[in-house]
Amino acid sequence: MIYQGKQKIWSDYQKEIPDDHWYYVRSCIRQNFFPASEKMFLEICRDVLGKDVHENEHHTTCGGIAYHCDTIPQETAMTIVARQFALMTEAGYENYAASCITSFGNYTEILETWHEFPELETKIRELLWKSCRKEFKKPKYLAHTSDLIYKFRNEIAEKAKFRLVNKETGEPLRVVEHIGCHYSKMFPSKGVGGAEYPYVLAGMIESWGGNVIDYPERRHCCGYGFRQYHVKANRSYSLSNTYKKFESMEPYKPDMIITNCPGCPYFLDRWQYVIAETEGKTYGQNGFGIPVLTYEEVAGLVLGYDPWDLGLQLHQVGAEPLLDKIGIEYNPEDKYKGLDKKDLMRPELPTNLKCF
Amino acid sequence: MGKLYDMLREDYRVKEGLKTCINCGTCTAICPAAEFYRYDPRKIVDTVQRGDDEEIEKLLKSDVIWYCGECMSCLTRCPRKNGPGLVIMALRNLSAKLGYFAESEKGRQLYPLTKIMTGNILNYGYCIYPDTFSWEDHVEAGPVWKWHTEHFEDSFARQGGNYKGKGPGALRAIPQEDLDELQNIFDVTGATERIETIEKYSKAKAEEMGMTMDEYYRHTFEHCSDKHFNND
Repeated sequence: MIYQGKQKIWSDYQKEIPDDHWYYVRSCIRQNFFPASEKMFLEICRDVLGKDVHENEHHTTCGGIAYHCDTIPQETAMTIVARQFALMTEAGYENYAASCITSFGNYTEILETWHEFPELETKIRELLWKSCRKEFKKPKYLAHTSDLIYKFRNEIAEKAKFRLVNKETGEPLRVVEHIGCHYSKMFPSKGVGGAEYPYVLAGMIESWGGNVIDYPERRHCCGYGFRQYHVKANRSYSLSNTYKKFESMEPYKPDMIITNCPGCPYFLDRWQYVIAETEGKTYGQNGFGIPVLTYEEVAGLVLGYDPWDLGLQLHQVGAEPLLDKIGIEYNPEDKYKGLDKKDLMRPELPTNLKCF
Repeated sequence: MGKLYDMLREDYRVKEGLKTCINCGTCTAICPAAEFYRYDPRKIVDTVQRGDDEEIEKLLKSDVIWYCGECMSCLTRCPRKNGPGLVIMALRNLSAKLGYFAESEKGRQLYPLTKIMTGNILNYGYCIYPDTFSWEDHVEAGPVWKWHTEHFEDSFARQGGNYKGKGPGALRAIPQEDLDELQNIFDVTGATERIETIEKYSKAKAEEMGMTMDEYYRHTFEHCSDKHFNND
């Protein structure tokens, strides 16, 4: 197709995302904090959309967090990634989907560096052979898992039982979207919409009935900062960045936040709890926080999954006000139950942040 | 140009991230760390591109190179397509390699960071692992995380995880043969040597500070002096 004028300009911000047959790798952070989101992603892709998404037990961390904490050399991070690519090659796949933005950025950086410096790719191939006796082909397509949900957002909307609409007023929900820095700030052409108009989450929100909020600090970092969180002494950096974002979005009265990166929902959720407990300030209505969800959780909600099957009980900010606005039914008694309704007791309640 | 400068220029992140800086300061304006810490990426990049080894050595021994959060917002906005964040990563790598990291408070944090990250990778195959992410060291994770840690097996099972299980799935036990390959990768790519270097210089610094290694770990993990911030 030949694009002209504005269509040509916009085509620069598009990303080709294949329809099917993906080799899937998990996220360290998502597995720890939002494991049900990865389960939901696979269930949506395989059972709802009928796609082939392959997971292999032998894959490991990509090493991205350790790399950005400056604890492993660049060659180490590259060789770990080369091993992941070898597993994809052995499994017969050429489309690679990573469930983590840090990973996605790491893979992108490595592929781009190898493209610029082919001698480095040769060196890493030698190191991989020496250490693991493995060889690899580079992925033909690299995606973050949200790219797939974005691609199939309209099919999901067609199957949806709920829309991101206030059931009382009929008005679209006001939704903040947070992309995560390493999705497209480093290599804009690799993300849907680039760094200027990131559309991966906005597209989902629009397809599922919500309104996207634009606010001054929309593109500001959540505050992870790698070593700025993992070392206790540095965490005020992380908290301060989250605080800056919430102060900026507060006047727009968001109903919810949807996130791309596995780390961002943890920080935007937990630092709301800390701000509430230390400063007495809450950003939602009536003493609640603003619910912060992963895109898989939002997709699962509109498709009608039980909120507790989606793992919303692992968020410190309660999602109940959002569920009530949309009209999603849930059993409060089941929130903290285990399998087969096993009694696991309940977490303590915070002092200032209203939760159930 | 000096020896340290030459070592930096060998790093692919400097080859990629430092062409010619025009000192416009856009990176500093966009930088989340510069708003918070006494930190100016423009000055750091300028120091590196001037190639003065004496100044570069001061940088490598200073706190300032450790203030960056590696969000890479600077890459998007630099009008000359430089990557100050990439230059920072190269500086940190050299500081770690030469043992200069132990000369600054923020640099010394490499000791607990290395213990946590490389320990998780080599023991479990993950950068973050629930068994080592204690609520006591992460109270901001809230009472819900405390509850979760008290019910890991049941809670992960309820979330569809495969915690310490066989086969694929979230938080599965990664087979020993794969962990062995990670160890081999560490051995041939310099990560094992890096861990030993961090240990060696950290032990020497702990001795100088009159601390056991456990005390040194807690001190570097928890202590923050008040000299770092813009608002102090």
